[in-house]
Amino acid sequence: MAHDHDHDDHEHSELSDTQLRVRALETVLTEKGYIDPAALDAIVEAYETRIGPRNGAAIVAKAWTDPAFKQALLADASKAVTPLGHISRVGDHLIAVENTAKTHNMIVCTLCSCYPWEILGLPPIWYKSAPYRSRAVKDPRGVLADFGVTLPKDTEIRVWDSTAETRFMVLPMRPPGTEGWSEAQLAELVTRDSMIGTGVPKGPK
Amino acid sequence: MDGIHDMGGMDGFGKVEVEQNEPPFHEKWEGRVMAMVRAIGANGGLNIDMQRFSRESLPPVVYLESSYYQKWFLALERSMLARGMIGADEIERGHSLHANPPLSRGTFAMKDVERIMTRGSFAREPRAKAAYAVGDRVRTKNIHPATHTRLPRYARDKAGVVERINGCHVFPDTNAHGKGDNPQWLYTVVFDGRELWGPDSDPTLKVSIEAFEPYLDRA
Repeated sequence: MAHDHDHDDHEHSELSDTQLRVRALETVLTEKGYIDPAALDAIVEAYETRIGPRNGAAIVAKAWTDPAFKQALLADASKAVTPLGHISRVGDHLIAVENTAKTHNMIVCTLCSCYPWEILGLPPIWYKSAPYRSRAVKDPRGVLADFGVTLPKDTEIRVWDSTAETRFMVLPMRPPGTEGWSEAQLAELVTRDSMIGTGVPKGPK
Repeated sequence: MDGIHDMGGMDGFGKVEVEQNEPPFHEKWEGRVMAMVRAIGANGGLNIDMQRFSRESLPPVVYLESSYYQKWFLALERSMLARGMIGADEIERGHSLHANPPLSRGTFAMKDVERIMTRGSFAREPRAKAAYAVGDRVRTKNIHPATHTRLPRYARDKAGVVERINGCHVFPDTNAHGKGDNPQWLYTVVFDGRELWGPDSDPTLKVSIEAFEPYLDRA
């Protein structure tokens, strides 16, 4: 117990140290005229409220219901998504890759944490963690098992390592039993992980 | 550099642990760090490749023990110190004590926020035609620069196929060191799992990297 208690105190003081150091740096940068703290507030707020996996889910649902959009998305995702500024301010270099009965796609960044922020928001901790980054390129089926996903033995697994400024999103397969569903209904089935390739969309209830 | 960040294929890190309903930030300071990094980057202080190299250059033990945004913070502080944008005495005091040249695009202010919500372009005008075409067989180079590179260790000296040409982009290997955009053609190169991991590899596995032309030779 005494040891645990000491350990807790240690972690607590480390955390406070980081908080203090971050605050000090922000003050220095503000006084130097490098940043306006109000602009930092606005960036944080955007990622807390506006930019997240719902953006990507809307794009997937549109691709499931609009064959011309799907074709355009797979041909040039940045070009296809740019007119949808209300959904995502995607910018350049987005590549959408399609899951089929034959091929399952997974996205990773083994070197750091490259991730399609404009489509999915900030990456979850696991995506940036050593277990995922180390194993995704070597044992993707083992990684999928950690997510409770099992694929047929003969499905080709294609892992995309994001080693440059190109960014990837997976277009998952539309769940069966959703014929006639609206884009809004379908978007509810699209999970963040299904667009990274570590999950599949939810099924119809 | 052959650093701890280059994790592809390493064993021993264990299971992927998923946090349910994870918030964008777990602590307020994490959001401040993310925003500072974006702001300093966007207004010309440090480019993305400099920031990546600074994170990679953290001592391996620090890299592994620090949380994600701790790494971002430590790397930001280090690279601003190294470039003379801030002083150690200022960090100590928590206040600006010296005059420094402004960022090339000035103070990062409210007017700049919307600009960074749209991802910027890394495409640059090519200086030559692409050396490879889709379908070409290539071999990645066996290189081990002590400087920044985006060719992961597991994919060096491996035979693969050009699958896509993604345009001509800023070359991170020079941009990280302030040596300019040096635009290079960027390809998606796909490898068979067995080429990367040997005969015991999952036979259904294919892995691609985004490879700049200087990383490749014709196979």
